[in-house]
Amino acid sequence: MTPQEMVERALELSTADGCVVLVDEESTANLRFAGNTLTTNGVARSSRLTVISIAGRGVGVVSRAAVRPEQLAAVVAAADATARDAQPAEDAGELVAGGPASASWDGPVTPTDIEVFRGFAPALGEAFASAEAGGRRLYGFAEHTLTTTFLGSSTGLRLRHDQPSGRLELNAKSADLKRSAWAGVATRDFTDVDVAALDAGLAQRLDWAKTRVDLPAGRYETLLPPTAVADLMVYLFWSAGARDALDGRSVFSKPGGGTRVGERIATLPVTLSSDPAAPGIGCAPFVTARSSSRESSVFDNGLPLSATDWIADGRLEALLQTRYSAGLSGLPVTPSVDNLIMKGPEGGRSLEEMIASTERGLLLTCLWYIRQVDPQTLLLTGLTRDGVYLVEHGEVVGEVNNFRFNESPVDLLGRLTEVGAPEQTLPREWGDYFTRAVMPPVRVPDFNMSTVSQAS
Amino acid sequence: MRQIDDDFLALPLRRLADAALQRARELGAEHADFRLERIRAETLSLYDARLEGAADADDLGYAVRVVKGGTWGFAAGIDLTPEAAARVAEQAVRVAEVSAPINREPIELAPEPVHGEVTWVSSYDVDPFDVPSADKVALLADWSAGLLKGADHVSARLLQVKEQKFYADTAGTVTTQQRVRVHPVLNAMKASETGFDDMSTIAPPVGRGYEYLTGTGWDWAAELAALPELLAEKLAAPSVEAGDYDLVIHPSNLWLTIHESIGHATELDRALGYEAAYAGTSFATFDQLGELVYGSPLMNVTGDRTVEHGLATIGYDDEGVQGQSFDIVKDGVLVGYQLDRRMALMKGLGRSNGCAFADSPGHMPIQRMANVSLAAAPGGPSTEELISGVERGIYIVGDKSWSIDMQRYNFQFTGQRAYRISHGELAGQVRDFAYQATTTDFWQSMERVGGPQTYVLGGAFNCGKGQPGQVAPVSHGCPSALFRNVRILNTVQEGGK
Repeated sequence: MTPQEMVERALELSTADGCVVLVDEESTANLRFAGNTLTTNGVARSSRLTVISIAGRGVGVVSRAAVRPEQLAAVVAAADATARDAQPAEDAGELVAGGPASASWDGPVTPTDIEVFRGFAPALGEAFASAEAGGRRLYGFAEHTLTTTFLGSSTGLRLRHDQPSGRLELNAKSADLKRSAWAGVATRDFTDVDVAALDAGLAQRLDWAKTRVDLPAGRYETLLPPTAVADLMVYLFWSAGARDALDGRSVFSKPGGGTRVGERIATLPVTLSSDPAAPGIGCAPFVTARSSSRESSVFDNGLPLSATDWIADGRLEALLQTRYSAGLSGLPVTPSVDNLIMKGPEGGRSLEEMIASTERGLLLTCLWYIRQVDPQTLLLTGLTRDGVYLVEHGEVVGEVNNFRFNESPVDLLGRLTEVGAPEQTLPREWGDYFTRAVMPPVRVPDFNMSTVSQAS
Repeated sequence: MRQIDDDFLALPLRRLADAALQRARELGAEHADFRLERIRAETLSLYDARLEGAADADDLGYAVRVVKGGTWGFAAGIDLTPEAAARVAEQAVRVAEVSAPINREPIELAPEPVHGEVTWVSSYDVDPFDVPSADKVALLADWSAGLLKGADHVSARLLQVKEQKFYADTAGTVTTQQRVRVHPVLNAMKASETGFDDMSTIAPPVGRGYEYLTGTGWDWAAELAALPELLAEKLAAPSVEAGDYDLVIHPSNLWLTIHESIGHATELDRALGYEAAYAGTSFATFDQLGELVYGSPLMNVTGDRTVEHGLATIGYDDEGVQGQSFDIVKDGVLVGYQLDRRMALMKGLGRSNGCAFADSPGHMPIQRMANVSLAAAPGGPSTEELISGVERGIYIVGDKSWSIDMQRYNFQFTGQRAYRISHGELAGQVRDFAYQATTTDFWQSMERVGGPQTYVLGGAFNCGKGQPGQVAPVSHGCPSALFRNVRILNTVQEGGK
């Protein structure tokens, strides 16, 4: 049974008032390596059927993997029965009305497999040899995943999205593991990944680190590269739920009630946005929700997504909304989109140009183990990782110890003194869940390095 | 004792395994194992006593792992036919062949006794999936309604998992296992003139069934009754004065510090660098085994996969190694690591201590955490007695925010609530606190360890590690304990306010 047939058959079988069916077909291949050698690898395929039945205001969601044709009726019946027994769902509403089917609806699913690394694996092997000869050790992970989602509904939706996702994380260390540098790239198919160039860049950073400068905790002028900015802004994005803001729980709550939408939160004219059609970081153009939560609603399945500004010219423009939460807040329906783009004023400089214009400051590589300390201010804590460099008179003069930081990305937006040229980047920490980001480097005049970390 | 569900045993487990292992042998694999898993998870979420979301999902599939020519090969599939299983075995061999040019360390596995055909089921009374969802929602709604009498908002969540595994390898071990776990948590939120705050229940997740919600293993009525008043006190509490304090830490907070600063730091794959690019390495490097002074002489830590109701408890791991208990820190000195079969042989440590785990049929087993626990002091003090020995200190209860660096040196934790200790007595709650320390400094500052009467098995469902990312459930038992001169931050000041 094809995924499309499974959608149609499940919809036919449902006796509920309404029904949404999602089928996710996923294939993945990966290579993991450490110390210039392979550690683990694998290929896998999975298939998941999710049936969302609606009975009155009750909802039943049953999601099963590897469903065989003879099991389909039981899965649908279970979802229908759960819906009939369920408490009324607070987000209950009309299902999204159907329109034309996706142009690709009828096409077959073409899985990825280990052959996606046919050109990349030998290049990685050569990089291992080069690193070995240069006294470096390479660590990292390469993964390619293809997820195809079919969404059908009793209201006539027939939508399909094919999402290729790939990434290479490359970490070079000196032989004594005292010096470390990292680079990450997102890719759709690994044909555009230049391992040798990445390794060369890391070798340069390891050279920078041969001069060691110990600095104490304190506030420093700091240059954050795009990957570090991505990790902070993705956290901000995930924390931008409208319902939490309305309930007074988040940094986007207005004292006394309501949300901070419309309020200026960045001094510079910063824009934070998402766009399903953004070049190179395209993502699903419609909502897929396999269960309801504070930021998603199963009733919104199939709702079209479009370019959305979350922050425009420094002002908070929108929060993550379902149709239900938009009704509560009186704000537009702005559901989450699976990419994030930050831009500053036109003409932003490259990171290299920003380094060249720095009198004295820190240059970070990336951030790690970022966790929320206080939701009211969105105070986050975390560590610097894989290279903190001291810049003096426009040049990197050595590597500094790592630090633990305590900072709020919202507060940072109000303190930025420079926003550089945006580029596609891979969030170091959140790359497992969020690979599609375009971010600029930024300059912070007083980044709070709370304590020194001995980690190297 | 409960039995493994008939509908899992009805799957063609042996036929698929035989087909896959036979094909792997034919293709020249030195080793092959087959693992079929079905994992069912249900999450129920309520907000202000109303159902917010419900998800009932399972994962079903199987994997073939081979060693071919000294290189790993792993493939996973979903079609439950012998022909498909044989093809997955062929894929695994092909993955090994494609990967061979970048493999420089031949894979060999530590020997493990062949256990024959064995079954294991965890200790629980009521399968949570036998309880109608509507009944579970009604119970959570009732608890939430009670809390709402003293709070502005209440969230409630119940996570339930049933994990069924079938494993067979070319040596002849065949295991069939089933375990369940549940994690109920409620959070009360309230605003006042001083701001907004919340407080969560500290009931730990456990390897028990639905009986955990109905009177076995936790006094829910008592905890829920106390929560609104504790939250009100927190809202009215002063902001903590930053500085160095003696800390008395309750097990509901200390388990997480153990997890991050001992559990992960004593994973041998981290110490050897296999996680270097992602989760990180460890300050507890292999050359310090038997010598590193990890903590005070009162510190005794074990790794364990056998404790009843432990989240990492299992009969046999995902390499067919029987669950064991072993020393990690003895009298304050590092004496052991958590192992899998490959690392045990490579480092000359003999038999694996059974810490291989994969979180799904689509993922390759890696070394994951045992239940890593701090031993109570026999005849040791109560929590009140620990507090009575503190002149100026802080008493911390419940976990909340956590972060630690990639070598497990520098950490920072907050909690659900903290009390000032003055002259040996609690002197009211304080807000905006976090404690920050370096791992060995912290554990060496442990001056007193509570007795068995203070011991609680805490834990989490969602310990993350590895690439592709995997999550694992794990428990950590510990008593209350006293630590001297630990840095307390004021988080408002840290935020620059």
